Amino acid sequence: MRKPKTVIEKVWEKHVVHQEEGKPDLLYIDLHLVHEVTSPQAFEGLRMNNRKVRRPERTFATMDHNVPTIHRNVIKDVVSKTQMETLKQNCEEFGVPLADIHHPDQGIVHVIGPELGLTQPGKTIVCGDSHTSTHGAFGALAFGIGTSEVEHVLATQTIWQQKPKTLNVKVNGKLGTGVTAKDLILAIIGKFGVKFGTGYVIEYTGEAIRNLSMEGRMTICNMSIEAGARAGLISPDDTTVEFLRGRRHVPKGDAFDVLAEEWKALATDEGAVYDEQVEIDADEIEPQVTWGTNPGMCIPVSANVPTVADAIDDNDREEIKHALEYMGLEGGESISSVAIEHVFIGSCTNSRFADLQRAAEIVKGHKVSPNVQAIVVPGSHSVKAQAEKEGIDAIFKEAGFEWRDAGCSMCLAMNDDVVPEGERCASTSNRNFEGRQGTGARTHLVSPEMAAAAAIKGHFVDVRTLGVPTLS
Amino acid sequence: MEPIRKHNGLVYPLNRANVDTDQIIPKQFLKRISRQGFGQYVFYNWRFDSKDKLREDFSLNQPKYEGTSILVAGENFGCGSSREHAPWALQDYGFRVIIAPSYADIFYNNCTKNGILPVKLTEAEVQTLITNAEADQYYLTVDLETKKVFDNQGFEATFDLDNYKREMLLNGWDEIAVTLTHADKISQFEEARN
Ligand code: SF4
Repeated sequence: MRKPKTVIEKVWEKHVVHQEEGKPDLLYIDLHLVHEVTSPQAFEGLRMNNRKVRRPERTFATMDHNVPTIHRNVIKDVVSKTQMETLKQNCEEFGVPLADIHHPDQGIVHVIGPELGLTQPGKTIVCGDSHTSTHGAFGALAFGIGTSEVEHVLATQTIWQQKPKTLNVKVNGKLGTGVTAKDLILAIIGKFGVKFGTGYVIEYTGEAIRNLSMEGRMTICNMSIEAGARAGLISPDDTTVEFLRGRRHVPKGDAFDVLAEEWKALATDEGAVYDEQVEIDADEIEPQVTWGTNPGMCIPVSANVPTVADAIDDNDREEIKHALEYMGLEGGESISSVAIEHVFIGSCTNSRFADLQRAAEIVKGHKVSPNVQAIVVPGSHSVKAQAEKEGIDAIFKEAGFEWRDAGCSMCLAMNDDVVPEGERCASTSNRNFEGRQGTGARTHLVSPEMAAAAAIKGHFVDVRTLGVPTLS
Repeated sequence: MEPIRKHNGLVYPLNRANVDTDQIIPKQFLKRISRQGFGQYVFYNWRFDSKDKLREDFSLNQPKYEGTSILVAGENFGCGSSREHAPWALQDYGFRVIIAPSYADIFYNNCTKNGILPVKLTEAEVQTLITNAEADQYYLTVDLETKKVFDNQGFEATFDLDNYKREMLLNGWDEIAVTLTHADKISQFEEARN
């Protein structure tokens, strides 16, 4: 009998171009996504060495990191403008397809890849962005790379990679009502730490993962990097196939069905062995809120912020102390009593149509607390258009949310969407690092539902207690 | 890139774990389109106050660390964003070697593509180096050929680095040129799939 294999091994083996003892493998790259921030120096490198883009048709560029989300026609920030124009010139010069700021396909690179059907099971996908792990939700081997590697992939369509170790994160049972994929991934990182995935590629398995929509799976895989893993995959199944059916870059008709069977055959075989395995029970997970300055510093919404006395060693004590100080929190206070000034619903973690729709359910018929400034930034132009078609924008606007154009926005605050120093933001993004949303800004990561609930109440609250019909 | 074989330099101790690339180079400096000139912004939010004035209380700004070229830090160094601006900034500031118990994968790779040698030592060894460098001006030698780190007071430790990365660093090779020697194989691979 053939040795049972994981999806990770299957995808890997199909892409090895060259193998040599004592060296990493040379892997072929099927799809290279490019954005304005990590690419200028790579194109510059090509130019200096008189090199071409080997496969422009396997390359796709967009602008997301520093695009403004209002007043798109006048970009005041000269440096941002230069960076966007540089990308445009580079794409023209090297023949790379580009969805620029005014293009209907524009959006956060990890939202538009799946949306256009560029992301497919079994592909190898890279991008100069650590959240490339998102595309693993489709059973693609997708990981972030640095700018030198961007240049390398542009020039050669390959990358040198050490075959990774595999880690199975098995999620047993079912998530409760009102508990989302975001809560699950935060709980996983909270339990196992921000570096348990370092050196591994994760595969998420188990009942709770199988039950997730593709949007939920993308949220999970997106944050693999927050656990230290460059890539996180989920084996393709019918959910994957149905999400992709009819999308622009997948074949039509019978050809699609043939391909769909190939995709499903990539799923991890019964009895395949991983280098490492951890398990978590979905039933026990509550909605989560981060209290500190890395995504592992998270607690259930019903809990209290830890104190230095909870530290397991000296390093931990220093970290807790430092994080409490930066976040302006007292050890021991209840997280749900913490007042916020900002709410950000957006980012490649949680800005897809389904995310906005679920948040809108919570918001419907309520008003944003007078002390809170709340913005919704759809992940792509097309998410925005769909939401507007279905009246989701109206729900947010009536409640007092600002409704913006697509981009990374307040996830990393490279444009004008910045949280002021010392102020607090409930954010659906993926990083609560110091200064991430602005110098001195205090970020609390939550699900879209929890962010919506916090916007209304002006502080964190367990979304399940709000009496929302879809949650009961 | 510049080859690195044996390096002797002044150690700067950064006694923190999980230092992320947002700290190493904050995003407001990522809009530049060249590789040069990032050093002045390294650890910006720690080195400067909100009025862009140098903070004397941040250790890297102290005269005793002037001219440092070896950074010693806590575990999981370089986590977070894949921005290669982080190693560019560290290198431009003058760092040639980083020593930590562990690194984030992308950052680790990025270092080796830019002629920075990332050395992994044990937690205990790193703590010894940090203690020494906090106490006084402290110099170390890092030898990539023998994979050893030592001082002139008897400290000696060995480290591991995979042979491929080691060769790239020792020779300062252009990786794309190396890969293009396999161009035939890439073409064959592409043809076989079509
Ligand atoms: S939304 Fe945030 S995390 Fe995602 S790609 Fe943009 S900046 Fe990175």
